[in-house]
Amino acid sequence: MANQQVKFYQTGTLTVGNRLLDSKLRTVQATMDRSNSLDSGHRACQGCGEALGARYAIDAAMRATNNQLIAANATGCLEVFTTPYPESAWRIPWMHSLFGNAPAVATGIAAALKVKGKNDVRVIAQGGDGGTTDIGFGCLSGMFERNDDVLYICYDNQGYMNTGVQRSSATPGGARTATTMPLGPEPGADFDKGKNVPLIAMAHNIPYVATASVDRLHDLEAKVKKAMSIRGARYIQIFVPCPLGWGSNPANTIQVARLAVECGMYPLFEAEFGEIISSTKIRRKVQVEEYLKLQRRFAHVLKNPDQLQLVQSVADKNIQKFSLMGFQGGEV
Amino acid sequence: MLKQIEGSHGVAEAVGLCRPEVICAYPITPQTHIVEDLGALVKKGQLTDCEFINVESEFAALSVGIGSSAAGARTYTATASQGLLYMAEAVYNASGLGLPIVMTVGNRAIGSPINIWNDQSDSMSMRDAGWIQLFAETNQQAIDVHIQAFKIAETLSMPVMVCMDGFILTHAYERMDVPDQEQVDRFLPPFEPRQVLDPADPKSIGAMVGPEAFTEVRYIAHHKQMQALKVIPQIAEEFKGIFGRDSGGLISTYRADDADTLIVTLGSVIGTISEVIDEMRDKGQKIGAVTIRSFRPFPLDEIHEVLKNTRRVVVFEKCLAVGLGGIVASNVRMAHRGQTSPVYTVIGGLGGRPITRASLQELFEKAMTDDLEETTFLDLKQDVVDQEMEREKKFSRSGAIAENILRDVGVVDVAKTT
Repeated sequence: MANQQVKFYQTGTLTVGNRLLDSKLRTVQATMDRSNSLDSGHRACQGCGEALGARYAIDAAMRATNNQLIAANATGCLEVFTTPYPESAWRIPWMHSLFGNAPAVATGIAAALKVKGKNDVRVIAQGGDGGTTDIGFGCLSGMFERNDDVLYICYDNQGYMNTGVQRSSATPGGARTATTMPLGPEPGADFDKGKNVPLIAMAHNIPYVATASVDRLHDLEAKVKKAMSIRGARYIQIFVPCPLGWGSNPANTIQVARLAVECGMYPLFEAEFGEIISSTKIRRKVQVEEYLKLQRRFAHVLKNPDQLQLVQSVADKNIQKFSLMGFQGGEV
Repeated sequence: MLKQIEGSHGVAEAVGLCRPEVICAYPITPQTHIVEDLGALVKKGQLTDCEFINVESEFAALSVGIGSSAAGARTYTATASQGLLYMAEAVYNASGLGLPIVMTVGNRAIGSPINIWNDQSDSMSMRDAGWIQLFAETNQQAIDVHIQAFKIAETLSMPVMVCMDGFILTHAYERMDVPDQEQVDRFLPPFEPRQVLDPADPKSIGAMVGPEAFTEVRYIAHHKQMQALKVIPQIAEEFKGIFGRDSGGLISTYRADDADTLIVTLGSVIGTISEVIDEMRDKGQKIGAVTIRSFRPFPLDEIHEVLKNTRRVVVFEKCLAVGLGGIVASNVRMAHRGQTSPVYTVIGGLGGRPITRASLQELFEKAMTDDLEETTFLDLKQDVVDQEMEREKKFSRSGAIAENILRDVGVVDVAKTT
């Protein structure tokens, strides 16, 4: 009798399951020898999605590059909470220059490494959505267009959190921010504004673009690993809930991220040279209310059927556009 | 080797001889020929081990330079005018981080009204940004000062801006002595960074600094510029030893020793000024000049010393502190503190207005009889100014100033446009 493959339910849940997997299949975070590149002791808020996302991504990139990694960081929460002088939570060579120039600084670092023949050392640039989709957008597009050998990671918490929760071009319609208050006949952020930088990145025809979420570690790590196996300009945008800015319980960060993906508000996909090659299917589809009700920034939306319908239609369009239905089972 | 070439080309060759490892290029008149020529040197394989990067803005140009310099590469870029303003945030950042980038500024006016011609408003806008600012009088000096600039920058780990007058120098074809590679290699050792991004020795660069240490960090920036007052002349001496030319340093003087009247200026206009001085000296008039070669750090002591026995000082500058008068003059007055002789400010050559010998001679004659206002605008068309002021008094919607004045001075034919 042939060996029967035993499937454990947990290996498909995207959270647990590490202990049931072969050690080679476990996440970088589950290993004792992870680099802890973003070390403990930093000043992020409780439940900070960005701190998690950055640690996951950089540790995975460190593993993929045999610890030969340099990072350029845009101004923002990540920069501020990791490097209150004279302390630094970074265990990698790390540089902060300005709010809007991290992609260009990374280009410069990559150029210096190339000219010095240090081809094994790789470069990451990282920033929040404000530093990426707004003020750093020119430099980002330039870096993409030149196909510079940089992986840019955007930690997307959908607003300017470091300056006190203002609207960015990544803020979703309806969301309350300090500059889109829930006042007047159309409360919160305008619908039909904002930009989708992953799609814009794809329009540059760069070798790799992906979206990821802090709620699914295997997927996130696999995307970072894949990105580091490629030369040229690459872009990963990671969904990172911000309890402070979103009015969510710090204990719910992973759940909020999970629901954003499961309701279709945050489609996860990979693209190569401008073509989408895969998308992460929704496992258990939920209505957007499930996602919205955990966040005070959407409290007024839940009381406003028209707005709620608008948010639902955004999710439905995503599900169509990125083919998010059709979950086939528990691939890790 | 003696060559009959364009100033920009001479600078490109000189920068190439310094073996830059990363060059960021973004076009803006009048510096563009420099980066074009450097791009050609890289393309044809004459300049090797160098990444030449076409970036999307001046902000990116200097930001890429910040990254490459922090990763240990000798880094160069060039800009002018609006471009320098567009990269302003990165200008302060590069010096704050102590990165020894060398950047040429092909001096040009700043708009609005947009104007591509020469004055020095652009460099002056960044005078307090923490960069060393060296001004070239001639294209030969521009070549020589660029070679010195890399050494000064790397000795002090701070960025250096080499300022040369747009068009007047950048686009002038003249004879220049371009050094050979062996000489430059002897003068300029390979770049050894004080700080470098290196996985073998991970460090955080550009961390946030609060009130507990910010003053000290800024003080060190100032202190290093004070050190530069010694380093710049030392390196000029070393340069002279190898290349045999007296270029660089803090200031230079022209027939200044017994002068009753001293003209203080910077940049290429000293060429015209020295011709006028020669003519006046021939008539027995005791006039001379001082050229500021290093504007940052500002050589207070040297200028104080050279001005202390004169009867009057005329600062001739191609820039304007709107609402105050002279920028250079304000600095010179600080050097001249404790002295009773007057310091006159003359603003000239704005937006490329020709500075003629006749106008200068008339100006200097007036100065010698102390018949100058505290601030004079050379060759100002007062009637045009009056006409516009009158218009503004008469009509609340008097129109755009620049367009009105273009009509008034007759550049636009009123008959055809009305």
